[in-house]
Amino acid sequence: MVKKQKGSIHAGLFLLVTILIVLAAVVITAGRFWWLPPLASEHGAWTDRLFVVTLLITGIVFVLVQIALAYFVFRHRDDPERRAAYFHDNKPLEITWTLVPAVIMTLLIVSGGRLWSRIHQSPPEGAYEVEVWGEQFKWALRYPGKDGQFGRTDIRLINDTNPLGIDTKDPASKDDIFFPAGEGELHLPVGEPVVVRLRSKDVLHSFYVPAFRVKQDAVPGMVIKTWFVPTKEGEFELVCAELCGLGHYQMRGIVIVEPMEKVQEWLSQQQTVMDVIP
Amino acid sequence: MVRETTTEVHHHKETFLTRYIFSMDHKVIAIQYLITALAMGFIGLFLSWLMRIQLGWSGRQFPFLSRLFPGGVEEGIIKPEFYLAMVTMHGTIMIFFFITAALVGGFGNFLIPLQIGARDMAFPFLNMLSYWVFLASCIVLVVSFFVTGGPAAAGWTAYPPLSGVAEAIPGSGLGQTLWLLSLALFIASSLFGSLNYITTTLNLRTKGLSMGRLPLTVWALFITAILGLLSFPVLLAAAIMLLFDRHLGTSFFLPRLFIAGHQAGGEGGNPILWQHLFWFLGHPEVYIAILPAMGITSEVLATCCRKPIFGYKAMVLSLLAIAFLSFIVWGHHMFVSGMNPLLGTAFMTTTLLIAVPSAVKTFNWLATIWGGNIKFTAAALFAIGFVSVFTTGGLTGIFLGNPPVDIQLHDTYFVVAHFHFVMGTAAVFGIFAGIYHWFPKMFGRMMNEPLAKAHFWLTFIGVYLIFFPMHYLGISGVPRRFYDFANYDFIPPSVSGVNIFISIAALIVGAAQILFLVNFVWSLWKGPKAEKNPWKATTLEWQAESPPPHGNWGPQLPTVYRWAYDYSRPDATEDFVPQTVPVVGAPAGTDGGKH
Amino acid sequence: MKFVSRLASLFAVAFATSTLWAQGTIKGKVVFQGTPLKPRMISMKQDKKCDALHKGKPVTGDDFVLNPNGTLQWVLVYVKSGAKGGKAPSKPVVLTQHECIYRPHVFGIMVGQPLEIRNDDPLLHNVHFVSKKNGTFNLGQPVKGMKTQKVFRSPELPPSSYFKCDVHPWMRAYVGIFDHPYFAVTDSKGTFTISGLPAGTYEIEAWHEKLGTQSQKVTLKAGETKDITFVFKR
Repeated sequence: MVKKQKGSIHAGLFLLVTILIVLAAVVITAGRFWWLPPLASEHGAWTDRLFVVTLLITGIVFVLVQIALAYFVFRHRDDPERRAAYFHDNKPLEITWTLVPAVIMTLLIVSGGRLWSRIHQSPPEGAYEVEVWGEQFKWALRYPGKDGQFGRTDIRLINDTNPLGIDTKDPASKDDIFFPAGEGELHLPVGEPVVVRLRSKDVLHSFYVPAFRVKQDAVPGMVIKTWFVPTKEGEFELVCAELCGLGHYQMRGIVIVEPMEKVQEWLSQQQTVMDVIP
Repeated sequence: MVRETTTEVHHHKETFLTRYIFSMDHKVIAIQYLITALAMGFIGLFLSWLMRIQLGWSGRQFPFLSRLFPGGVEEGIIKPEFYLAMVTMHGTIMIFFFITAALVGGFGNFLIPLQIGARDMAFPFLNMLSYWVFLASCIVLVVSFFVTGGPAAAGWTAYPPLSGVAEAIPGSGLGQTLWLLSLALFIASSLFGSLNYITTTLNLRTKGLSMGRLPLTVWALFITAILGLLSFPVLLAAAIMLLFDRHLGTSFFLPRLFIAGHQAGGEGGNPILWQHLFWFLGHPEVYIAILPAMGITSEVLATCCRKPIFGYKAMVLSLLAIAFLSFIVWGHHMFVSGMNPLLGTAFMTTTLLIAVPSAVKTFNWLATIWGGNIKFTAAALFAIGFVSVFTTGGLTGIFLGNPPVDIQLHDTYFVVAHFHFVMGTAAVFGIFAGIYHWFPKMFGRMMNEPLAKAHFWLTFIGVYLIFFPMHYLGISGVPRRFYDFANYDFIPPSVSGVNIFISIAALIVGAAQILFLVNFVWSLWKGPKAEKNPWKATTLEWQAESPPPHGNWGPQLPTVYRWAYDYSRPDATEDFVPQTVPVVGAPAGTDGGKH
Repeated sequence: MKFVSRLASLFAVAFATSTLWAQGTIKGKVVFQGTPLKPRMISMKQDKKCDALHKGKPVTGDDFVLNPNGTLQWVLVYVKSGAKGGKAPSKPVVLTQHECIYRPHVFGIMVGQPLEIRNDDPLLHNVHFVSKKNGTFNLGQPVKGMKTQKVFRSPELPPSSYFKCDVHPWMRAYVGIFDHPYFAVTDSKGTFTISGLPAGTYEIEAWHEKLGTQSQKVTLKAGETKDITFVFKR
């Protein structure tokens, strides 16, 4: 095969470029130069595992298909003395390459579905609860206080001293502890299930704590619950992941994970609704 | 099914105005669509440059930008609201006004009548109307750049309340209203087109051209038209409802809100409703963009490989399967929206199933290449490039379609990488393959091949340099639609370096598109004259003159005797047998020869 | 032409001096009684650059500033009714964004008088003005030293007219917009002075961000200076 072929340059270049792309992809991915943020929640271990499984499957397919494409293109490049083969069907082959992806997808659907329902099962009774409100462009917080109950709120009651519109007539709201947007830090207990009630005053926001593998939209007019178990003490970043306006990129919050006793102690030092709203 | 083939050619007198401007000839309309779409595409490309300038060099002053955009750039620094407006308009323009318009409006109009042996579309007047309404929608959208507050800035998905309340973001004033109006016009135009394509494909096929002999381009465009017809009206309704919410005080999507210091919204509206309605179109829309590109790729691959397309039936069935499934996967955009998690499971199942027909298509393309004798035309390179980027982008869809994995990746750069490969660049590669392939038929002149190939290599390599690194940003958790990343500790410092790298690649690849532009314009006047069938292809359009006259064919319509992919038949002397060549011993209209 | 305008300006000066001579002044202080409110503690952790300007320490907010002498700072005192007129000065009022805080926290301005908004910080600020009668504007100031001028058209009182910053949510400044020049803001000694008032009876009002308004009637003779005190109780 030394005879000159018309398309050699392009066939060769395509093979070379594809090999380089595949090599770079494999090296950078396997080397974990950029990887998932350090993990700090229980279910995150499970989702990360499914991520890695998916990465392995798709990675293998990626390498095989890209290399096959480039090799086929190179091998069957223009040759004026040859004529292309004439075939256009191959039942067994076609059935195989329909069934194989179907089986792989079914496995992914089953494992994904099971994990999804595990993440979304109802939280254990008596879990630590906190309410997080999104507003342009900051996070407000509310803790239920000693009674463990959140008082009623109404958007119509919002004013400067009552930024969450808490109904002070509701007995459950008297001992609520709230922090106007941008002023508090989210204190969570380590190793305990945490329920976050997500709400919004204005537009869509999304409660995203990269270290927890938690992302859930906050929707005005709705209370959306999500729960997880933080597994590491320390300070973490809360990010808004749903476009909420021009300050979207600045909507940063601080999450502090510490032992339950410390959280309780800190909570007991905070002013309640009764102290703050006349 | 088969119409009489001796329809008269009407020869009414044509002035310059009725021939080139208010033309009812599908070929002229196709070219009008294509050129308008390309112009919009260059605007969209330019916007992406501005975005990349901000992302690569946030905080650095570029005084020349202040002169270009006095409203959006202060002291040479792009303002956040202007950045978000660029994000919104880039997405809107590229998806609807460039990709959809070029593929469906451009190639749909050009190819359907020619490849089915018809003289024109079923409803030429509606066809003309479709283009002019489309042009109006483009104008409204471009005008929105110049209104107070700037163009819409709530993302191409326009999620309310951000898009529903004027105070929410500067672009949600008049800009958002114009955006919605423009989209409504676009949808109307697209519906006219869809009706035409469906009727034409069903009724105007020439003698002998059964559905089973249609080229895959026509199949893809036909299925695309059905998708558009069934999904676009939902977005039209949603857009009108959002306009009502904004201006007439209804509250379909707006609950009671407290925004910018005062009460707003109404009672009982739900923002998630918009997401359902939007994605009911939005998801089929990505297939509206990709199916015609798949058709073009199949067509060009068969021609350049000199080999029949592998698995024709499987190709058609997989198109149908993808189209059907595309209607029941919209919820995969909403796994973390607050939708019931149970629905998430259902949408996950349908979404991951789409991988099966997509995989079948990819394997069929590979099998088409295997054993071929590839002529490396520029169109061929782009078609091969399509298979490459579609595979890369399709595989990352498997991450995002799986909700537990999607939690972390949703709304990060991983998503940006995914859709730019699978429907962004893939569709654009389809457009380029189509233009390089059919330019001789459209304009009767050849394009410059070396220049076109240089265009391919810069674009192909560049696309990987731009979008592949975005996967890693996404895995690191970098959110999309962020103006600046400096404020976050979880984002590794290396990300700013990656962003500079991507931006440089984007600027170069953007500039490389000038090669295409120059080639296109130069070839229009100076390209060598094209013969009837320069690529030695089998389908009907190559039997017409280049360019085909008004009415496409002579007095007699062509008759079809065989399927569209008789390349390199062992029993034929030439390595291609046009569809119009009778099969020895088989009467017209029957299945001529085994394929 | 020139002569006429000179003559006119001569008359104007003469008129101005004669009224100046007859002008009265209201001055005084704003006192607080009761349990003081806790001022807001602003944590700038939301923006790392601002936080660094304050070395990571929280900053005491200007929402409740009790002076050591028991008086209140940042109270806007103005003639609520009984006064009109006066030409808007061409000298601008200056609102500065300094270390991610608006300065001054509360100020008054006349209709037609220019407001100069400055950015003193080496980072992007976003001046978002919200009001009911003067419209809104949203102004990006991405670089240090940037200045923008704005003018208001209708009288308006806080809290309905204020400035915020969309990228630093804790930033806030209140503005009172008046169609006369008779307003003042209390300083770090809790005092204010409104001068140049013609003789007459006025309703004087004092507004505090957290404590609301207080008002009293004052009758002023020509050339008189009156001392008044507002008391906010809690």
